[in-house]
Amino acid sequence: MESFFLVITLILCFLVLLCLYRGIFGPTVLDRIISVGVIGTKATVILVIIGFIYGRIDMFLDLSMVYALLNFIATLAAAKFFRHRKSILPGAQYFKEKTEK
Amino acid sequence: MIILTILAIIFIIGGIFFFTTATIGLLRFPDFYCRMHATGKGDTLGALLSLTGLAIYNLHHGFSLGTVLVSIKIMFIGMFIFLANPTATHAITKAGLDCGVEIWTKEEEVPK
Repeated sequence: MESFFLVITLILCFLVLLCLYRGIFGPTVLDRIISVGVIGTKATVILVIIGFIYGRIDMFLDLSMVYALLNFIATLAAAKFFRHRKSILPGAQYFKEKTEK
Repeated sequence: MIILTILAIIFIIGGIFFFTTATIGLLRFPDFYCRMHATGKGDTLGALLSLTGLAIYNLHHGFSLGTVLVSIKIMFIGMFIFLANPTATHAITKAGLDCGVEIWTKEEEVPK
């Protein structure tokens, strides 16, 4: 069962790397926020599995819970912040478009 | 207790399947709203299935007060993600709609 958990953790880490592509090259800011939220959800599961691998599940469970709470709050705060912005493009690109007009 | 282990493996592999589909949707879909659609559902279900499998696997040594409490705590995290993830999806989609993110439409064929 140890090796099964190791393989699952490696697959999840690979998926996190794939999600990071959207976080870096995402066309808008909101795409990056989605990517951060998805990575946070996967990291919650990864932390619980790491707790099983190390045999200290009661400690890693608290870490995982805090990660889930912070992920939710961060996504909500970012959504609230970008709701009242004029453009969802990144700052430099927005400035460039403004000066071209 | 081999039944609990097999059940846990089935649940975890189901969760990994939904995580993979959510990631493929995040990478491949053409639009912000389509990506939101893929990740909002696939990620929530994947996390819930994986955490349910881990909670079942935690009970395979036997039912005592400590293991049952830890399993309940894992299921609490799962239920929190099940409530919080769609809420965050809704909030960020509303933000995108208010910002005026363009909706992807199929390109119309130009008549010759």
